[in-house]
Amino acid sequence: MRIKYLGEKIIEGFIYGSGWITTLVVVVIVVFLFREGSGLFNKKPLEEGYGIVINAENKVREITAQEIRQIFEKDITNWKELGGADEKIVVFSLSNIDKYFTEKDLGESFSLLPEKIKEFVQENKGVIAVFPEKYLATSLVHLEIAPISFWSFISGKDWYPTATPSPQLGVLAIILGTLWVSLGAMLFALPIGIGVAIYMAEIAEKRVRELLKPFIELLAGIPSVVFGFFGLVYIVPLLQNLFNLPVGETALAGSILLGIMALPTIITLSEDAIRSVPKELKEASFALGANHWQSIARVIVPYAKSGVISACILGIGRAIGETMAVLMVTGNAAVIPTSFLEPVRTITATIASELGEAQQGGIHYEALFLLGSILFIITFLINWIAELVTRKK
Amino acid sequence: MSLIQTKNLHLHYGNFHALKDVNIEIGRNEVVALIGPSGCGKSTYLRTLNRMNDLIDGTSIKGEIIIDGQNIYDKKLDVNELRKKVGMVFQKPTPFPKSIFENVAYGLRVNGIHKKAEVEETVEQSLKQAALWDEVKNDLKKSALALSGGQQQRLCIARTIAVKPEIILMDEPTSALDPLSTLQIEQLIEELRKTFTVVIVTHNMQQAYRISHKTAFFYLGELIEYADTKQLFENPQHERTKNYVQGKFG
Amino acid sequence: MQNAKNIKQALAFTVFRILAGLVVGILLTVFLFIFLRGIGIISWEFLTAAPKEGMLKGGIVTAIIGTFLLIFYSALIAFPVGILSGIYMNEYLKDGKVKRFITIITNNLAGIPSVVFGLFGLSIFVNTLGWGVSVISGAFTLAIMILPIVIRTTEESLKQVEYNFRLASYAMGATKWQTIWKIVLPTAMPNIITGLILSVGRVAGETAPIIFTAVAYFLPTIDFSIDKPVMALPYHLYVLSTSGINLQASRDVAFGTALVLVSLIFILNLLANFLRKRLKVSSTK
Repeated sequence: MRIKYLGEKIIEGFIYGSGWITTLVVVVIVVFLFREGSGLFNKKPLEEGYGIVINAENKVREITAQEIRQIFEKDITNWKELGGADEKIVVFSLSNIDKYFTEKDLGESFSLLPEKIKEFVQENKGVIAVFPEKYLATSLVHLEIAPISFWSFISGKDWYPTATPSPQLGVLAIILGTLWVSLGAMLFALPIGIGVAIYMAEIAEKRVRELLKPFIELLAGIPSVVFGFFGLVYIVPLLQNLFNLPVGETALAGSILLGIMALPTIITLSEDAIRSVPKELKEASFALGANHWQSIARVIVPYAKSGVISACILGIGRAIGETMAVLMVTGNAAVIPTSFLEPVRTITATIASELGEAQQGGIHYEALFLLGSILFIITFLINWIAELVTRKK
Repeated sequence: MSLIQTKNLHLHYGNFHALKDVNIEIGRNEVVALIGPSGCGKSTYLRTLNRMNDLIDGTSIKGEIIIDGQNIYDKKLDVNELRKKVGMVFQKPTPFPKSIFENVAYGLRVNGIHKKAEVEETVEQSLKQAALWDEVKNDLKKSALALSGGQQQRLCIARTIAVKPEIILMDEPTSALDPLSTLQIEQLIEELRKTFTVVIVTHNMQQAYRISHKTAFFYLGELIEYADTKQLFENPQHERTKNYVQGKFG
Repeated sequence: MQNAKNIKQALAFTVFRILAGLVVGILLTVFLFIFLRGIGIISWEFLTAAPKEGMLKGGIVTAIIGTFLLIFYSALIAFPVGILSGIYMNEYLKDGKVKRFITIITNNLAGIPSVVFGLFGLSIFVNTLGWGVSVISGAFTLAIMILPIVIRTTEESLKQVEYNFRLASYAMGATKWQTIWKIVLPTAMPNIITGLILSVGRVAGETAPIIFTAVAYFLPTIDFSIDKPVMALPYHLYVLSTSGINLQASRDVAFGTALVLVSLIFILNLLANFLRKRLKVSSTK
């Protein structure tokens, strides 16, 4: 008898433990995502092992990653644009060292390089020299790079995580791209989804409805990658011909697929909400001489409003979080979207396509985790809002 | 001639024979109570009068119901028009999630009446007739869901009156209400019978006795007895009626 | 007036019917396009041979086996924990703040995008725990992903078991766990299994969580070990359709792979529906 109870206690112990498993998992996910992601803020956006030195007379002491890029792309050519003296900027790095020194000057296996750099930097007032730290004499004045801030990460327009010497980690275009594609998806998924939900909950005969239900379930079950494949083979060429585009991989292609993929969520949840409208309410409307459509439009759907809205919000969440399909058909260009007929890049596609190449613990790797954390927060908020909307009733 | 004539009415839900050969005549401005144990068919019968049973799959009807000289199961009849003429109040108060005003105006709007002055006037009149006007006249824009249960039920009656029906069906309209609200509704019914014909299903024998002219007793889908209320309660002709009425009444 | 409103109704209902037809049409199009182009590719060799010649020839057996390994191990992890958790939610936890909290957390877990699970799996299983890119890392990642589905399915199924069953069992002196184990669980089981089957479909089709945790681009040999990477059907389809050297040549294999994957999902759905119907029949008896 005792042993029996002991066994039961052990089992119940497992049950209690399992009950909290999801909470534990969510906490662990948060810890790991944010730990990896927040590492980015302690890092300088410069190629690892590199340093930047300038002439001792130069008053500029700190510079941002974006400014480095602009200097290298010749968008900034004078130190006064950076708050320094009126002096032309001279870029000096391994890629253009042959302009100033011959191989012979540098000696065997670059043994003379540190000396040459030192000379060059001391002689040129406008120099900005980017070299591996080991070649830089300690007496030289270093130019500091501003560490990445959350704001610069969010608001930065350039995403070149592997650019040299300074990776550009701005995700504005990517976040906007995500929202853009999802917005496009909702433009047709919402009307179709709600329409079909109304049809299934109110209009369809029982037989038709029971036929439709497994169809919708199956639609929900088709893997994302299959939709991506379908989009790549059919929708992309179709759009290219239809709109006479240079490439068919566009935001629109992504939106179409995401719309289709969000449909089951919207339909199923909205249908449930519409179905849960009390029968009496519907009868009361009929009893006043309203016909079926009037009852649907004026009583049933308004009553189910919060449920339908929450279904739509969760549909948006599904679209934002979707990976493979958008990765395959949106073209993945990290530019701020202005049209549905141009390529865009989403958060999910960025992570999926780049994480494989990013070195563990490196700046790119951490940037992708931070992007994942942002995605996590967005979907968390969406779920939370949906929950609030449902509960408001 | 009677306003409502029910002739040899049979109703099936699938295989279930819910109404068996019911014959009832109801005159204008009468209040008729339908009584009987649960599942006896009284609510089912009530719902045949405005064809609410149409909403349930697998219902089939034989026999006829003639209202104002017209067979309401005629294929050509517009069921929405019928329901305008035969209003209904339900067991649970069923205010729509709209304002008080919009609740009463609903029936007008769905029947194509949109003129502001006309709508406002009808709403006011209906609320007055339902003895609710004084309580809500300053809160017409407020949600109807904020009203108390008894007020909600009177609102539903006002909503029904607004469409100007000839007949009002009531399906246990007070069973979800407290005694005071019940009393108010009963008083209201006594007012209403001056203008309308009322058919009311009730579980409450005293209520039937108090408010109705005639009473019909249903049992297992059959109409056992239909007579003046006083006679049916005090001197029932059938054994079953007697058992039921005396078991529950007095 | 009556006419006008009935015309409006007819119009609105027609629109809704068209929309419903559209959704069915989309699904049929996707299916037909995969079926018609894929069916010619499927052969005994395609299903049983390993890929060769840059994946353009041979079959996809290693991808099929990989997918089944991932399904098997993730189910092994997620099902017991998920079912126990569902039991806790429905049988042990009373309605209140705690229950609502766990429900919200579980819903949130269900709402996390699959690629985030991939990130997480990479960080914890592959790197921190040092399991590397392997079946076991992928299985754990996928298991966490389907956990909310298993929990909710169990909870819903248990909820449908009549309360009187439990009372009757207690009345005969059974303990709580005996009641759950002998009465409640068996009654709810067919429903639970239906949900589990659908969660298996999810595992079979997901790509994003396994890209960094479990899969390899190309593996020609059949291997059942759990500490090595595998090929998987959805990832194989992704690779074939986007990064092949010869996209046109690999398209055929891609169609074949897509058909196998979709058929797998289709069969799982049929199975779940069949079970549900059986259940309905037996419960109405």
